Amino acid sequence: MSTSLSNTSTVRAGRWVYGASVALLCAWVLVPIYLLLVNTLSSPAAVSGFPKSFVPEFDTGSLEFFASFGGMINALLNSIYVAAITMVLSILIGAPAGYALSRFEFKGKELFRLLILLTRAFPLPLLALPLTVMFIQVGLDDTILGLALVHTTLAIPFAVLITFSLFSGIPVELEEASWTLGCTRLTGFRYVVLPLILPGITASAIFAFVISWNEVFAAAVLTIENRTLTAFLLQNLDTSPLHLKFAGGFILVVPALVFIFAVRKYLFAMWGIANR
Amino acid sequence: MNSNRLPYLLILPVTLFLCLFFLYPFIQVAGQAFTNDQGFTFANFERVFSDWKFPISLKNTLLLAAAVVPVQLALALLMATMVNRMKKGRDIVLYIWTIPLGISDLAAGIIWLAIFEQSGFLNSMMHSLGMIERPTSLLSYKSMGMVFLAIALAEIWRATAIMLVILVAGIGLIPKEYYEAAEVFGASPWKRFTRITLPLLRPSLQTALVLRVILAFEIFAVVAALGGTLFPVLMGETYSYQFDLLDSGSAAAIALVILGISIAFTLVILRALRVPKGAQI
Repeated sequence: MSTSLSNTSTVRAGRWVYGASVALLCAWVLVPIYLLLVNTLSSPAAVSGFPKSFVPEFDTGSLEFFASFGGMINALLNSIYVAAITMVLSILIGAPAGYALSRFEFKGKELFRLLILLTRAFPLPLLALPLTVMFIQVGLDDTILGLALVHTTLAIPFAVLITFSLFSGIPVELEEASWTLGCTRLTGFRYVVLPLILPGITASAIFAFVISWNEVFAAAVLTIENRTLTAFLLQNLDTSPLHLKFAGGFILVVPALVFIFAVRKYLFAMWGIANR
Repeated sequence: MNSNRLPYLLILPVTLFLCLFFLYPFIQVAGQAFTNDQGFTFANFERVFSDWKFPISLKNTLLLAAAVVPVQLALALLMATMVNRMKKGRDIVLYIWTIPLGISDLAAGIIWLAIFEQSGFLNSMMHSLGMIERPTSLLSYKSMGMVFLAIALAEIWRATAIMLVILVAGIGLIPKEYYEAAEVFGASPWKRFTRITLPLLRPSLQTALVLRVILAFEIFAVVAALGGTLFPVLMGETYSYQFDLLDSGSAAAIALVILGISIAFTLVILRALRVPKGAQI
């Protein structure tokens, strides 16, 4: 700071480099997505043509082909169902545990946290292999519910840790005050904690949805007739024409863009606490 | 309700769920790997290890992880420190940089396919610059280097965001006073980074690295989209044993190999970046 006068030009150059690298890194993320968009909004002929234009021709041919491709709409719906069930299950099962971790000291708490953290040190999609056998035994094979259960396993550690951090952010005094005013633990939770926590719960539910929506391996192993979109695209990679792949890829990306935007405020709070 | 029992009641669903869908399947996968019709056996492992594709897919998986993870770590650290000193536009820049967090590996593979395929944007660009006459196939067995590069780029593009988020959250936990004190004593930005940020960021670095390395060994869909069968990796072999060859014993054996590598690397990272007790913030 004391040498700022003689260094003005270096500082200015530094700031320029800094701004340029921020812009460059933004482009590094955005340009590939833009190129996929160009492909999606071009006619099938243009997609496999050469050389390619870097501006979309706004033709819906590829998307129409995608929509009319046999089984694709079904796969899309399956993806949505599985992700929706995963979302509901992981919050219903995970949130109570998050509450317990934030409000109570109890024997075995460390062991429980270890179990949760342990799940992250394992390649979870591999679970799908033994589960195929188990699911056949109980009649859950090739069902939306069966796959949703596996995806819930992927999402639950996050749900527990995120709700734990959210509940920890709400002073326990608020709850205690409600008890002195005649609330039970349950009604106090319902009228005081729940309204405060709801946006955060929504964010972690959306996160669970994205985890399921994006999952490829377990989906491809566990479903045959009832394929999800990721499994369907993966299965047809060798045979499907380029414009089908690109349109499918684009449909996969769109919810991700929206959802990450919706949860962006919570992203860092989630990971901040998930560190310990 | 008795508040001694309440916490146990609240964690019961998760515990049951994880026992049924996490612990039990892992016991099962181990069982499957070591048994066949006759009972206990190493035959599954022998079959897997003697397959000519196994050493290649092991090498490919490890090489990719070795190429991708360090670049991601450096990039994520750079981005996190850049964001940290940002005043205007922090939110929008962070949003853009974390977009790939929501993008599936399959979609990421398809995105980079749009760039690298024969009639793709890379060829188109080289053509318009006059570097090539006609489009050449970039992703073929004749150009394995290019296949590797495309897969590595797609992985770096997709999965740097998760490290970024963890590191940004971690940097946020470092008390600002340390930096102010360092500045008073005239420490350069680089010194502040190596003497304050890096050591205090160790817990976050640990998490980020463990998570990333494990995900790197699970690489599957990106490779399937870009390399197809040209570039075998462990997870892809697991899939083809299970699905194309209907040999779940061998699939389980490879799964255990992936699991073993993941655990070994997790332990190494935890050990290397150990945070001494009392040095935590």
